[in-house]
Amino acid sequence: MLEAVRAESARHNAHVLAVGVKVGELSGVDSESLRFCFDALVQDTDLAPLTLEIERLPWRNRCRQCDRDFAVREYRTECPQCGSADTQTASGKELEFAYMEIEET
Amino acid sequence: MTRVPLERKVLNENDRLAADLRQGFLRHGTWCVNLISSPGSGKTMLLERTLASFEPGRRVAVLTGDIQTDNDAQRLARYGFPVRQITTGGACHLDARMVTTALAEWQPDEIDMLLIENVGNLVCPTSYDLGEETRVVLLSVTEGEDKPLKYPATFNRADLVVLNKVDLLPYVPFRMDLAREYIRRVQPDAEIVEVSCTTGVGLDTWRHWLDARAGVHAH
Repeated sequence: MLEAVRAESARHNAHVLAVGVKVGELSGVDSESLRFCFDALVQDTDLAPLTLEIERLPWRNRCRQCDRDFAVREYRTECPQCGSADTQTASGKELEFAYMEIEET
Repeated sequence: MTRVPLERKVLNENDRLAADLRQGFLRHGTWCVNLISSPGSGKTMLLERTLASFEPGRRVAVLTGDIQTDNDAQRLARYGFPVRQITTGGACHLDARMVTTALAEWQPDEIDMLLIENVGNLVCPTSYDLGEETRVVLLSVTEGEDKPLKYPATFNRADLVVLNKVDLLPYVPFRMDLAREYIRRVQPDAEIVEVSCTTGVGLDTWRHWLDARAGVHAH
């Protein structure tokens, strides 16, 4: 992530103030741990001050029978519309950058 | 202050290397399997029983990941197939770069089936694509049947869940019906096999699954 920040910083000849990431519920990434490590790595470097902004994306499945897209709560993956168990993960695996906020230097 | 949109994956570098690996596997007709589980679920034992059951000369290779020691590679090397240990030196998962490096000394077109034993961990290996075609997650009956709910991301990506150590079922309060239901909830598409690597129960079903999948990918 910090390599990407450096690349963007160089590309725009600007200081990056904040980086926004999307973290899916199924990404295997714990937001608090990510934030802890991120801050530890940024502290006392030329990248500081740099804020990490995390957007959590919920787990959603899509029904293969009736095409309904629905939020999975309490691990219930059955389709709430038609009751089918034949559903597949539609989103929630993301671990993606969303944006960076830069200040021209 | 300006906001610049940036639409790419955080693990871009790993995904790029994994895509290269996947392309290589496809080109050489290698079927790659990534085995994930908690420490002590029996990944190495399952691989030992599997290698022992293969006819000599079968074009199978194994990569095995651990934080320290080459104990697993020593165990697995007895069966006559190429085995390489990846020692991560602290990292709790394998990544695509480690696999790329480990494969460098092998002839890729001489491997039909590559079995990768990940570092024992139900969390971090989930996020790191190794270029594999298939993911197998092991769960042993001594761990508790609610693991799929506690680690949904891992089980959600499983093509097959191997329920291991079923010979111990009489001695532990593990409920197989619940385990199956929980796996279905987080991944309705996963196949499930029950095995005991100690008694050998279910290993023929596992072998059958492996052979059927391997057949699809052979050139």
